[in-house]
Amino acid sequence: MSESKLKRVDLIFGEYSDIKYKVLADTLIRSNEDILKDILDSGLRGRGGAGFPTSIKWRLTAEAPGNEKYVVCNADEGEPGTFKDKEILTRVPRKVFSGMAICGKVIGAKKGYLYLRGEYRFLLPDLNKELETFHEFAKELGTDFNIEICLGSGAYICGEESALFESMEGGRGEPRNKPPYPTTSGFLKKPTVINNVETFVNVLMIMRLGADQYKKLGTTDSRGSKVFSVSGDTPIPGIYELELGMPLDRFVDEFGDGDTKAVQVGGASGFCVPRKKFKNTVIGFEGVPTGGSMMIFNSSRSMYNVLHNYLEFFEEESCGQCTPCRVGCQQLLKGIIAVKKGEKKTGYLDQLMKLSESMKITAKCGLGQSVANSFSSIVNNFREEMIY
Amino acid sequence: MAKKKINLVIDGINVSVEEGTTILQAARKLSIHIPTLCYHDDLCVAGNCRVCVVEQEKVKSLFASCATPVSEAMVIFTNSMKVRLARKHVVELLLSEHNADCTKCYKNGNCELQVLASQMLTGDHMFLDLVPDKKYSIDTFNTAIIKDDSRCIRCQRCVRTCEELQSVSALGVAYKGDKMKISTFFENSLLEVVCTNCGQCVNRCPTGALIERNYIDQVWDAIYDPNKHVVVQTAPAVRIALGEALGMAPGKIVTGKMVAALKRLGFNSVLDTDFTADLTIVEEGHELLSRLKKALVDKDPKVALPMATSCSPGWIKFIEHTFPEYLPNLSTCKSPQQMFGALVKTYYAQKRKLNSRNIVSVSIMPCTAKKFEANRPEMRSSGYKDVDFVLTTRELGIMIKQAGLDFEALPEERFDSIMGTSTGAAVIFGSTGGVMEAALRTVYELVTGRDVPFDGLNITPVRGTEGEVREASIKIDKVKPEWKFLEGVELKCVVANGLAHAKTVMQNVKEGKVNYHFIEIMACPGGCLGGGGQPIPTNQEIRSKRKTAIYEEDMGMPIRKSHENPEIAQLYKDFLLEPLGHKSHELLHTHYTPRKRY
Repeated sequence: MSESKLKRVDLIFGEYSDIKYKVLADTLIRSNEDILKDILDSGLRGRGGAGFPTSIKWRLTAEAPGNEKYVVCNADEGEPGTFKDKEILTRVPRKVFSGMAICGKVIGAKKGYLYLRGEYRFLLPDLNKELETFHEFAKELGTDFNIEICLGSGAYICGEESALFESMEGGRGEPRNKPPYPTTSGFLKKPTVINNVETFVNVLMIMRLGADQYKKLGTTDSRGSKVFSVSGDTPIPGIYELELGMPLDRFVDEFGDGDTKAVQVGGASGFCVPRKKFKNTVIGFEGVPTGGSMMIFNSSRSMYNVLHNYLEFFEEESCGQCTPCRVGCQQLLKGIIAVKKGEKKTGYLDQLMKLSESMKITAKCGLGQSVANSFSSIVNNFREEMIY
Repeated sequence: MAKKKINLVIDGINVSVEEGTTILQAARKLSIHIPTLCYHDDLCVAGNCRVCVVEQEKVKSLFASCATPVSEAMVIFTNSMKVRLARKHVVELLLSEHNADCTKCYKNGNCELQVLASQMLTGDHMFLDLVPDKKYSIDTFNTAIIKDDSRCIRCQRCVRTCEELQSVSALGVAYKGDKMKISTFFENSLLEVVCTNCGQCVNRCPTGALIERNYIDQVWDAIYDPNKHVVVQTAPAVRIALGEALGMAPGKIVTGKMVAALKRLGFNSVLDTDFTADLTIVEEGHELLSRLKKALVDKDPKVALPMATSCSPGWIKFIEHTFPEYLPNLSTCKSPQQMFGALVKTYYAQKRKLNSRNIVSVSIMPCTAKKFEANRPEMRSSGYKDVDFVLTTRELGIMIKQAGLDFEALPEERFDSIMGTSTGAAVIFGSTGGVMEAALRTVYELVTGRDVPFDGLNITPVRGTEGEVREASIKIDKVKPEWKFLEGVELKCVVANGLAHAKTVMQNVKEGKVNYHFIEIMACPGGCLGGGGQPIPTNQEIRSKRKTAIYEEDMGMPIRKSHENPEIAQLYKDFLLEPLGHKSHELLHTHYTPRKRY
């Protein structure tokens, strides 16, 4: 049994806790090209879930015209079932700050912001203390990169990058039209790199280990490791750092309770994988990507209730500005209720599937576009549970 | 430098447009009509209704064409199967949240959502009706504007209008998700917030969520009441826009037809607000000169300069809320509408030997704020409500349709008298810069005895432009002996339209950056011709056509200076005796009320 266990990785929380900001010091004297090349070679992709190649994002921002640029760390960890950024910020905040400082150097930004989820307000005293240390070290290292913490107010949508900028600027948390993308027009309409907490830590570890060493973890499309938030019907819920590209069946073998019926990969906006597909599902960018959330359901769970719960969440957390998301979420929720109650014929589910498809291609931002992920994967795989 | 050209293909047609053009604009160049709802020519792009989506070859997601700039070698389909279904879904979704009881809606027949619904043959109730579960509210407290949330499609045109064009921000977005709505500060009634009643939101609302409070039935009742003598006045900007409400092209001057229509509707006397516009110029001109005299000769530190115009009730409410410390700078002259109302129930009643009690005074205005103005408690100086009912250009359009008149076929008729004669100076009140120009024509001549030194009396430097604060100065020399103190004075003026620009002007005044004598502000873009009560749609192209028509009308008038209006002279001789005299103060001047910022 122990041999078949998934390999535990300890990049994020592990041994290289950079007490004297040594890695940062060593990196700051390297050339930007060199740093970017390392990140490119490492194959690092964003850890928030969307998986955009980090080196490209940084390069585009570095090359964008303008002297005023920003680094923003997205710590608005709001996806249901995700709680890994809280852990990272609690245990290794200096790795996060170091990663941001490296980004600042590469793109030419003097200012970084950590956008902290409102519910994580309790982390503030410790984070501010660590920031003081960071700023002292930064001064010693001769960099004037400065980090400030912004607090969110509890809206899920503010984890969407452009809504996050709006929130930082004091506006209503509503996503912007894209293009322009943050690389040319982000915070205060200036070129901005916005990355997930974990991404910045990964950058630091690539700097520490070198791209080759880092690349040994994971698969071709999904390099490195990932911090997973494991919850649901599991005897061992918690935070685990595992290699990317693992097959889901092995994950379930290890983390399930022996009666796993489905795994929701990537939270409410992610995909539901049923038991029969565990074997052929890879967790990674080549398969089902995740920002970290792994919710395990056993056979005692009603997938109708699960979907109902997600849709209620989306109905409330949509910013409400665009039609497909605002009204679509309401229709999907009310629709499955109507089918369950027998007020609508079962064929109405197909109508709703088409609607979710339309939402995917017409919604203004990732929120509305991703509602269809859980909706269609749950309805497709557990249709009978929606009806009876 | 010319912008880079971008080549793309839309529905199989090659097109080359400037970099930065949106797909929507590029398609319009090819006369391909992409439906829109949240998009408006006057406003920044929101991209939130998603009805304008189009497909790009080999791309899975659709793009909002209003918000997406073209890129080289793009291949766009505006009417693919994917696009058609997505659009239908979007419209069906909007309808499922919408109180689609069209026959009970004021905007029935003039609703952008209705047009789309009819094009897409939405009749099969594709989705569940969400309206019964919504606790929609309707705000009917305001005398000018009604806000009905059950008709709202949350396109935020009104929010953008209020914030961008007017910098008022009375309307904003509240809550999120399914509860997201357009609301006000603490969800108070529009009557209780900073709303200026300018009606620009009403003019841009694609549905019936924001409408003017209409007084059509009350006016019909008055007309049919044999004991009432119903007098109607028509504002300068109505005669160049009314045609649009009745199917005519923008920019047509329909003064004569409008008069004919009003007579046929049964009004007892069809008169002209332009008459009191002339009167305003005489009073306000004298007021300006008297303030200048107090400042320059008497060195009175209490005299408030610069003096600002007071014809635009949206502007009045705005300054009351936003710059209450500058209320003494407002001219105390009532707006032409209110001067007219006060005179109708005094001077006119006397002349026509009518009992004021039996006179119903109606005004036709390009404006919704005029409705609020007429209901101000201080507007009862005749002893009665000076103006009983204010109708917008749109409401008059409806009445003409109700009466079954073939507007275009009507003959041209002339205003009745008395109080029906006016000058070109009064007509241009309808355009930004018009009051300034009219005032200068009179003031300059009063002081120097000569015409203003501009070709054909056209003081083009003060003719405002949209989206611009226009400064101008006019040098006064060779004055008449009694105005010696003005010799060599450079009279500094500024003209602004749209409240965002008004705010800029006032902010500059407040910070001491500028030194004006006379400020003209019109609350609406382009002045009254772009008023909130004008026909829908109104946009920059239409406003510019209306503007041309107004100056054409001015040029065509036999008299073009207010003080030369013979009926005004008669009025002073028989009734008012002198400008700024006792009677004027009683009837034609007013005071203002400081209001809260929120």
